[in-house]
Amino acid sequence: MKRFIGFIKKEFYHIFRDRRSLFILFGMPIAQILLFGFAITNEINNVDIAILDHSKDNTTEEIINKIAASKYFSIKQMITREADIASVFQKGQVKAVLNFEKDFSKNLIKDHKATIQVITDATDPNTANTITNYINAILQQYQKELNKDIIIAYQILPQTRMVYNPELKSVYMFVPGVMTIILMLVSAMMTSISITREKELGTMEILLVSPLRPFQVIIGKVVPYIFLSIINAVVIVMLSIFIFNMPVQGSLILLGLESVLFIITSLALGILISTISATQQTAMMISLMGLMLPVILLSGFIFPISSMPMPLQIISNIIPAKWFIIILKAIMLKGVGMQFIWKETLILLGMTVFFIALSVKKYKIRLE
Amino acid sequence: MRFPLSWEMNMQNNNVIQVEGLTKMFGDFTAVDAITFDVKKGEIFGFLGANGAGKTTAIKMLIGISNPTSGKATVAGFDVLTNPNDIKRNIGYMSQRFALYDDLTVKENITFFGGIYGLSRKRIKEKSEALIKELGLENVASQLVGSLPLGWKQKLSFSVALIHDPKIVFLDEPTGAVDPITRRQFWEMIYKAANQDTTVFVTTHYMDEAEYCDRVSIMVDGKIEALDTPMKLKEQFQAESMNDVFLKLARG
Repeated sequence: MKRFIGFIKKEFYHIFRDRRSLFILFGMPIAQILLFGFAITNEINNVDIAILDHSKDNTTEEIINKIAASKYFSIKQMITREADIASVFQKGQVKAVLNFEKDFSKNLIKDHKATIQVITDATDPNTANTITNYINAILQQYQKELNKDIIIAYQILPQTRMVYNPELKSVYMFVPGVMTIILMLVSAMMTSISITREKELGTMEILLVSPLRPFQVIIGKVVPYIFLSIINAVVIVMLSIFIFNMPVQGSLILLGLESVLFIITSLALGILISTISATQQTAMMISLMGLMLPVILLSGFIFPISSMPMPLQIISNIIPAKWFIIILKAIMLKGVGMQFIWKETLILLGMTVFFIALSVKKYKIRLE
Repeated sequence: MRFPLSWEMNMQNNNVIQVEGLTKMFGDFTAVDAITFDVKKGEIFGFLGANGAGKTTAIKMLIGISNPTSGKATVAGFDVLTNPNDIKRNIGYMSQRFALYDDLTVKENITFFGGIYGLSRKRIKEKSEALIKELGLENVASQLVGSLPLGWKQKLSFSVALIHDPKIVFLDEPTGAVDPITRRQFWEMIYKAANQDTTVFVTTHYMDEAEYCDRVSIMVDGKIEALDTPMKLKEQFQAESMNDVFLKLARG
């Protein structure tokens, strides 16, 4: 046991004295979560818009007030002529213009429908899309209030037809994915690199000639990364809760246990990678290409699995990250307990056992 | 000065390494072909051979990290096939690659390697102080090993290989990349260890170093072609130096 503690101490020296590992371990998770949370977001806040109101009646005023009251938009200016639309866009003052048709109220009462033109600056297509969706949502909300006690519904017709999904808070979707990536990265890539480094430097040979058993060497190399990965998982959950106000609906203990399971899956993969690569570079490439890419592309993190072609859907099943993301989303967003995720957990557990068995088999106890 | 023929006086039952017909095959290729030899306690045994002659493969079998295909060998009284872990406790090993941790300080390296050999904290402290003093590393004891010149690293590496007072120390081309002065100092360390009854099993490319050994074996194509004291080998091959002996053998 004393030998083991000495070994782990040495491993921590390696990690804390290597700026590159330190960055990957601690800089990366925080950077990624902030990046995904803030920068790569579908949400908008306080977007400047202009309004061209040809009617200036009660209804348009009410709608304008509703939009102004939302935290998503602030009304930068009121314009009076169609020709001004182009100029406000060109000056870059606003991201969108709302154009109310003439006799808006009258049309609404008479024909039960009225039209708003929503013009957005599509130089940034994502934002434009989002703005349109948000305005639609506000309009629909207003319409619902309007139609509360009326038999023949009034219709306000925005010219865009996309349906807003009020549940779409992008950060909620990204957190499970980012957490998965980071745990995978830290656990699999860092361990495979640190094991191959010993091979490359020739110290692995020295360790294998020592009375330490090969499995002690491997466990000694892996344990520090279990600790660091757990710390990372905690940091990510904290950031999500306190910075992005993401609620964790389910049990934190269950979340923790599932995370530990996934960390062990990743570590087993890391050991497996280290058995097939001779240099740190190879280990890194295999980790990046073999683990990170599938996680990003096929786990359902960014691209929904259900919209993939069938062969890819089938392949996605063998990616551990897919199951972990399902588990994370279920616990964090839906707040469900073990009874709803036991299947995914079992699959992940099975994969872990398989990878451990395979890496034990592949791990060359004797250097040939 | 060491008396080179001391081994002859007490050769009975004093073999710390006994090898009989040890063979290693990789597929069809025979890397080590039925080698047989003994190494006596406290002896400096030179294990020579050209690159690819099978030296490293043979050493790996002796230090318990590679299984022989056939044949027998005992090291420090333990069978390489059945008790490799007992062997590991009783030997030190230094490879041709410098193998301390560059990102650990001198002291941390000593502590770490002392630790994995199961030395007590007190013993590690004593050893580490003695070793640092002996090597004159007092001023750099808390510096990272990576910042030391190669010669110092090499000497430190040797001392670390001896930290658990092994019965035998295996040195695989220990003086590969160091300057002549360091080489000289290194051999002084080897002599000192041998005088304290540590058996030294050393491979080298330098034929002048072969002259320092008590006995020398020369491997050609996986077989041991010659084995004796340097003096007798020179007589046998009618050669001026070990270099000539080696050339005569290697060229066939």
